[in-house]
Amino acid sequence: MAITRKQSAELARQVFEYAPAPEAIDHVKIQPRYGLFINGKMVEPHSKKHFPTINPATEKKLAEVSEADAVDVDRAVKAASRAFESWSHLAPSRRARYIFRISRLIQERARELAVVETMDGGKPIKESRDVDIPLSAAHFFYYAGWADKLEWAFPNRKPRPLGVAGQVIPWNFPLLMLAWKVAPALAAGNTVVLKPAETTPLSAMVFAEICMQAELPPGVVNIVTGAGKTGSLVVGHPGVKKVAFTGSTEVGKLIQRTLAGTGKKLTLELGGKAANIVFEDAPLDQAVEGIVNGIYFNQGHVCCAGSRLLVQESIAEPLMEKLKRRLGTLRLGDPLDKNTDIGAINSRAQLEKIQGLVESGVEEGAELYQPECKLPERGFWFPPTVFTNVSQSYRIAREEIFGPVLSVLTFRTPAEAVEKANNTPYGLSAGVWTDKGSRILWMAERLRAGVVWANTFNRFDPASPFGGYKESGYGREGGLHGLAAYLDLS
Amino acid sequence: MRGVRSVDEVGADQRAASLAQRSIKKSSKLWALDLAVRCMDLTTLEGSDTSGKVTALCAKGLRPKPGDPTIPSVAAICVYPARVADAVQHLRGSSVKVASVSTAFPSGQSFMSIKVAETEEAVRAGAHEIDMVIDRGAFLSGDYQRVYDEIVAIKEACGDAHLKVILETGELGTYDAVRRASILAMAAGADFIKTSTGKVQPAATLPVSLVMMEAIRDFVRETGRPVGFKAAGGIRTSRQAIAYLVLAYETLGADWMTPDRFRLGASTLLNDVLMQIDKERTGVYQSPDYFTID
Repeated sequence: MAITRKQSAELARQVFEYAPAPEAIDHVKIQPRYGLFINGKMVEPHSKKHFPTINPATEKKLAEVSEADAVDVDRAVKAASRAFESWSHLAPSRRARYIFRISRLIQERARELAVVETMDGGKPIKESRDVDIPLSAAHFFYYAGWADKLEWAFPNRKPRPLGVAGQVIPWNFPLLMLAWKVAPALAAGNTVVLKPAETTPLSAMVFAEICMQAELPPGVVNIVTGAGKTGSLVVGHPGVKKVAFTGSTEVGKLIQRTLAGTGKKLTLELGGKAANIVFEDAPLDQAVEGIVNGIYFNQGHVCCAGSRLLVQESIAEPLMEKLKRRLGTLRLGDPLDKNTDIGAINSRAQLEKIQGLVESGVEEGAELYQPECKLPERGFWFPPTVFTNVSQSYRIAREEIFGPVLSVLTFRTPAEAVEKANNTPYGLSAGVWTDKGSRILWMAERLRAGVVWANTFNRFDPASPFGGYKESGYGREGGLHGLAAYLDLS
Repeated sequence: MRGVRSVDEVGADQRAASLAQRSIKKSSKLWALDLAVRCMDLTTLEGSDTSGKVTALCAKGLRPKPGDPTIPSVAAICVYPARVADAVQHLRGSSVKVASVSTAFPSGQSFMSIKVAETEEAVRAGAHEIDMVIDRGAFLSGDYQRVYDEIVAIKEACGDAHLKVILETGELGTYDAVRRASILAMAAGADFIKTSTGKVQPAATLPVSLVMMEAIRDFVRETGRPVGFKAAGGIRTSRQAIAYLVLAYETLGADWMTPDRFRLGASTLLNDVLMQIDKERTGVYQSPDYFTID
């Protein structure tokens, strides 16, 4: 039986919509209720209060977690202070062994962690499986290697640990941000009180189990859950000697004000409004992939997301055509499906923020483009969105949207590209797409951004320091810089 | 030609690798395997090919699984010019086409007059499709005009026969060169562009195919003329075949999911596909003894 081309194409459309290919979840055991991880044990909170954490793709409750109050935070800091005495004096090679053990356990429980991360946060399983979890393990491996080489890493500087580190992390990469914070702190000989985000506490709870499995000495890692109030209690506790925060610029400023004069060391990794700059000689098809990865990776919940696309005017038309075509192939839906490219927005609050900013873009006169895209009925969703005809002065070009929304601006010369790219209160990352090596270097010298990617975007490695200029924060995480932030090197 | 847009190698590799992870289940997989058979150029290109060998291959191509009429015929049988007549005789009246390699396959290192004559002879013998090789010597020395002229001449010699132009990407060295050769071949009149002869390693790879498909996409945008794609060499498993289909679907779209525009050249792939079809239908693997070796 002969099939006509038209029939064949029609069949192909049905077939390559891909039947559901959900990741199995039956191997994952989420407990109905979690306590706080203090002094090596899961304990009931003094507050007696719990709050639900939901799956943003279904709005169904996954578990209840504890809300730590001042007494709980105080207990955690005291446990960490006690543990610091022995942990900081432990033979560095022994410390390394514990951290290596943690990394191996993360690898062993990778599938479980990936599923938990996806269910609790809404990100596609493809990303939690291939990015979040492997990179988290890599961070622990990397810093485990430094633990007994601190003298070598900082020669003649007598590196000494600081004490208890208070760490507050965001909901966009829950386990990875935990790894960025906990791994260098432990390697340097500090102990930790960590507060995960209130919408994504579950992978940290699995991590608490991993700490117990690794037989980490009690009190070296403590995890207290709760919302902003709990976070401020951790940051403000007098027993905390070092504060590391990743999150919004607004809260970052608040923390900096609180800590003024306390002598606590502080690193802040805050928002961004990165420029992804495409020159006319760029490899266009790969640039399109980079743009898509830059802004739609993790639904745009990425502080270093390439949310402003700066295109050289001479190629704006073919590039936009390619980009729009590509948007049509993105699959939005069940985050647990292995073929899903765009998952759920992390929370209702975040969805409302995105919706508000997108409305402002339309009102200010930008042109909105969204591919045909069916949104699931339940859960929090936002289609991949592109704004063209955007002016520098529009809110969508200046404010961090933290969602799958791209603002496109054009430029004529490299100098104009630099000027526009730097004309923002932020300075976390930037991307440059060109075939010309010398221009990459010329741009990198002038861009005021902590990371500049050339012909790629959103690439991370534990050995590479990450951090911002201006309102994107200060201090670096990753690499030796990230280690220095947890040491007294005077 | 030097003005053709560049390709970023790291990015192309990454994109191809991410598409290779697409997960296809049950009924979709069955249809994809069926399509793989319909798009297959069943190939034998050996010095030892005989009339008997070609006849056996034709029989296999016509009815890949004796006793199972639901399995479609392949798209074409691909042979050396000297074996075209054998294939034509056996396939007469069927939907299966005869494809002949040409232009001093696989090296292309011969005289222009001979390449043209070879092509004309093959068409006269009944070949419906000509798989020519480009002159890589000329291409790599920068003589793009010569490569272009040759393709134009062979296209003319083809008459009504369809022309597939083999780039032999394994010898071109970079993705930039692959893209340049793709554009060149299409501009010169290729109906299909094809990755490899199968005689050089590496043969077809996913990223090289992606680069060629992206070139096709750009060419169609510029000219409106659709050009087909053929992957050949080293494709032996159903898994690989499906990966190429996914790549073509996501890069070129549903309109390329047909033998007029997409082909897989292979000599040993067919039995693996048949085995997988049986497995999807029955849930168990059959012994290789149930599949004919031709």
